[in-house]
Amino acid sequence: MPSLGYVTAQQMHFSEPLPLRSGALLPAYELRFETYGRLNAARSNAVLVCHALNASQHVAGLDAQGQAGWWDNLVGPGKPLDTDRFFVIGVNNLGSCFGSTGPMDINPETGRVWGADFPVVTVEDWVDAQVRLVQRLGITQLAAVLGGSLGGMQALAWTLRHPDKLRHCVAVATAPNLSAQNIAFNEVARRAIVTDPDFHGGHFYEHGVVPQRGLRVARMIGHITYLAEDAMETKFGRELKSDVLAYTTQGVEFQIESYLRHQGDKFSAYFDANTYLLITRALDYFDPAREHGGSLTQAFAGAKNNRYLLVSFSTDWRFAPARSREIVKALVDNRIAVNYAEIDAPHGHDAFLLEDPRYHGVMRAYFERIAQEFAA
Amino acid sequence: MSERRDLEIIADLVPAGSRVLDLGCGTGELLAHLRDHKGCTGYGIELDDANVLACVQRGIDVIQLNLEDGLALFDDHSFDVVLQLDTLQHLRKTENMLRETARVGRIGIVSFPNFAHWANRLHVLQGHMPITRALPYQWYDTPNIRVGTYADFKVLAQRCGLTVTDSFGLQGGLVVRRWPNLRASVAVFRFGQRLRSDR
Repeated sequence: MPSLGYVTAQQMHFSEPLPLRSGALLPAYELRFETYGRLNAARSNAVLVCHALNASQHVAGLDAQGQAGWWDNLVGPGKPLDTDRFFVIGVNNLGSCFGSTGPMDINPETGRVWGADFPVVTVEDWVDAQVRLVQRLGITQLAAVLGGSLGGMQALAWTLRHPDKLRHCVAVATAPNLSAQNIAFNEVARRAIVTDPDFHGGHFYEHGVVPQRGLRVARMIGHITYLAEDAMETKFGRELKSDVLAYTTQGVEFQIESYLRHQGDKFSAYFDANTYLLITRALDYFDPAREHGGSLTQAFAGAKNNRYLLVSFSTDWRFAPARSREIVKALVDNRIAVNYAEIDAPHGHDAFLLEDPRYHGVMRAYFERIAQEFAA
Repeated sequence: MSERRDLEIIADLVPAGSRVLDLGCGTGELLAHLRDHKGCTGYGIELDDANVLACVQRGIDVIQLNLEDGLALFDDHSFDVVLQLDTLQHLRKTENMLRETARVGRIGIVSFPNFAHWANRLHVLQGHMPITRALPYQWYDTPNIRVGTYADFKVLAQRCGLTVTDSFGLQGGLVVRRWPNLRASVAVFRFGQRLRSDR
């Protein structure tokens, strides 16, 4: 498959303060984003791609370091989201650590690094910030907003908050809110970070340290929830690191331990601890039904003109198919156009990032449908 | 040819502008026909991956579900018409499915292979399970786990409290109203829930 080749990120400054869900105001901020493909004359072919927990604006193509984007198998020339036809925008969310304003930046009011003082941001806040970016790019209505997992929640939130600013919502491997178990995993990850002696209440930058131990554990926990048990069994089983057992309690004996430690090390070297706290909290807080007396059906009542594609994966126990069906039900109750595919894939939650012919077939067909709307 | 005619005959039973739920919608052919010719809206329900893809490609809104899990996704009488064409015989919980169909739709339309068609009777008389156009499988590889007759369905409809508002057979692309249990390979029933006016 051809790729987009090298892509460059852009930066946009916003001087108008952003009111946040919490009641706080983010004074001024910047968003880092990338675009692929060309905006057509009618400005009707734009698709916004929202990222999940640890991803960024780098959706597709190669960055300066030659790293492929996190959804490069889906987005590009001739790919299911075809950049020969669509103008695709990838954006880094507020509070993240890949170039948009976040805890590692200077708080203009104090002149100090934000750190733990960075305001709590929600899915809705991200969406409001994205709306401004899209407007600045000269787009009044997006052809679609696409996202997986937490990105899918943003795509849903677009239709709930700004239904007239997009036509289609494509939400993959997502949920209408987190279950108690989901929140529990997030909380364990957060406690791992916060109780790391190097965390310093979130102001570790001033101490010249990083709570890497906490981040490692947080990532290890996260990784377990992204994989299906069977997939983990197939990939690692009880495979040993060496032929001889060392009978050690602290060393690595099993390949799965080695894998998780490696993932933890990699992650803790580039990801910001405060960002991890913020993003897991955004996940916890997302619950559109809450303002509607617990009724998800009521929550979607304003999105009558939007059209949806929802996709879930059979072995995803983090955001199981049943969670997607809850969304489908709310849409059907409102007589809203919805397509729903339940892909039988062995990879668990991670499946949304992987290439699967059935999954990508449905995505391709749906984007084809969208393309026909603005081609007509 | 006759399949196309059958489709048109069934489509004629659906009032224009109806909100339709098509259970086991296949590639979405009938829904596309109803949308294009009768201004109908709604969804198709399908389990098979290839059929789901075909529906999305065709521009039919499709929801991938296993009908054996019931229709909990849909509220009572939330559709004008619920179609269940050539699907009922594949389901284990036939009776439950029929009750669900009547619960969700104001009108239910069901079609299935009529086991009492004379050609099938002939096969059985000769000592073999029928293999015909409507029942094209060997007994050991058939996906049809519930085979019944036109006459049998009337009994089940009664048992489920359904009011049959129309019924006929289909044979070779033609409607069979005289002795359909003997003369038609496909049975078609249109029903509403008893004590409800659905006209």
